[in-house]
Amino acid sequence: MARKLLLEHINVPGINTFDVYRSKGGYASVEKALKTMSPDDIVEEVKKSGLRGRGGAGFPTGMKWSFLAKPEGVARYLVCNADESEPGTFKDRYLMTYIPHLLIEGMIVASFALGAKTSYIYVRGEMMPQIRILEKAIAEAKAKGFLGKNILGTGYDLELYVQPGGGAYICGEETALLESLEGKRGNPRIKPPFPAIAGLYGCPTVVNNVESIAAVVPIINDGADEYAKIGIGRSTGTKLISAGGNVKNPGVYEIDLGLPVEEFLYSDEFCGGIANGKRLKAVVAGGSSVPILPANLFLKTINNEPRLMSYESLADGGFVSGTMMGSGGFIAYDEDQCIVRNTWNFTRFYHHESCGQCSPCREGTGWMEKVLHRLEHGHGKLSDMDLLVDVSKKIEGNTICPLGDAAAWPVASAIRHFRDEFEWHVTNGAEAITRNFGLAHYADPLPKKEETVA
Amino acid sequence: MLRVDEQQAPVTFTPELVKQFDDIVSRYPAGKQKSALLPILHLVQAEYGWLSSNAMDKVADYLKIQDIEVYEVATFYSMYFMRPQGKYVLEVCRTGPCEIVGAGKIMDYIEQKLGVKEGEVTADGLFSWRGVECLAACGFGPVLQIGPEYTFYENLTNHSVDQLIADLKVKGNN
Repeated sequence: MARKLLLEHINVPGINTFDVYRSKGGYASVEKALKTMSPDDIVEEVKKSGLRGRGGAGFPTGMKWSFLAKPEGVARYLVCNADESEPGTFKDRYLMTYIPHLLIEGMIVASFALGAKTSYIYVRGEMMPQIRILEKAIAEAKAKGFLGKNILGTGYDLELYVQPGGGAYICGEETALLESLEGKRGNPRIKPPFPAIAGLYGCPTVVNNVESIAAVVPIINDGADEYAKIGIGRSTGTKLISAGGNVKNPGVYEIDLGLPVEEFLYSDEFCGGIANGKRLKAVVAGGSSVPILPANLFLKTINNEPRLMSYESLADGGFVSGTMMGSGGFIAYDEDQCIVRNTWNFTRFYHHESCGQCSPCREGTGWMEKVLHRLEHGHGKLSDMDLLVDVSKKIEGNTICPLGDAAAWPVASAIRHFRDEFEWHVTNGAEAITRNFGLAHYADPLPKKEETVA
Repeated sequence: MLRVDEQQAPVTFTPELVKQFDDIVSRYPAGKQKSALLPILHLVQAEYGWLSSNAMDKVADYLKIQDIEVYEVATFYSMYFMRPQGKYVLEVCRTGPCEIVGAGKIMDYIEQKLGVKEGEVTADGLFSWRGVECLAACGFGPVLQIGPEYTFYENLTNHSVDQLIADLKVKGNN
């Protein structure tokens, strides 16, 4: 079993308290960073580690940090994005509940690297228990001199606050999050300017996911080179995967990037296979926004190579036969699940969560929901599939923020891979209400790659 | 439009509540007190159970912002109630991963058990319920939450829903 970097001590009793966390080597990275490293050294180290944003977009964290503008006399902010709301994802909740000090430790190091004197953790409002946990952890750290004025006698001051959201998926988008933190509706801003230039209160700001901030701790403790040894290619380090749906052992797992998906899904160390002896029909690998894949294309790429849990391998085949790592929200569907119903459910979610700023998303998600509703309830037409693809194409790329894309991809991919199931809902409308299409051929092995002789 | 047809009592914030407001405002730079809006609305809703327009106007006064700035925020975010609710609002996650492990059936059961439709309040004023979107507990579905502390109840079954409702009835208005 590989060494865990974030969840190593998760099962130690009392690890949520400062003293136990400290006795397990906690806050060592703060001492190392503040006493022996310059802010630029830390940014360089994170760059070298190859850490990519764990919130979904996968943008290199060190590079994001290096874009931060540093005008003289202007405050800079670090904001942690703990608005975890992507359906399928629950890793940040887990981390904040059981090992809150890891996030606080990462926030101190990252704030020091960016020169922020005030930092905020924006937690979605429904996570009130986690907000209480974080507030308690912050008070403990402050009492021990790791926050507040003159931290560890180094002259560095930092105040850290927790901000609750109001229950809006859109606030996971970084500029909407900043609007919300300013006490406004969560309407995403037009970029540029990027938050690195004009973010919170118009000041240079970095917004990072909980897991990205936590990963800074092992990077500073062990060094970027050690961190980059884990993983494969440009997918370095470990990743928290939230496994849910019809898997036998749902939960949060820390994996080395590059783990074969088959091992992740079927080994007892991780998901343990599909529950109740059923067979796998489909997988959403990275949260509801990423394209859904049938079992055969998920386990093997179109070239018949085993698929790996890495940014590149999951994206192998582009949107034709691949998907995305996203936020690591892994949802498995067994043979009894209806893809049409699931697509309708997800689209209802996006329609509900669209902020309403851009017409293609505000109207398009509603139309798609209506069409999918009638398909699921046996009133669909054969032309509906083309209509859905058409609407999704008109949303994709035509909105200020990526919510439009996130709403379009699940619909387009479901029709791409499960078109016969959609058509069956039209041709067998009455039957579709009482029973599901079933597994069909979705788990059949792909035909062997054709070899062409040169 | 804001619904103003409900009976609205005049609102005066207690000194303890205002002290909590002050504490929140101190987290932001001078002049950026509007940032305190969302946390303050949570506190007000915890106190009164919902956000009446009287309460929102008072928040606007306190933060020295326009009333409309409070209304537009309160109506945007799904956690704020624009009309009175039961003392316990059962909010059941209805999104994908919970749906495939039976959230729909749990909502049907709650509706039948409480005898009120989604968004309505039981005659004793204790309960209302609604479906909400993903609560980020997808591995432990079906789940529901109950404010104002948003306590979580995971891996719901009809039996555990019975138990929960029975416990809350005993707790009643205390």
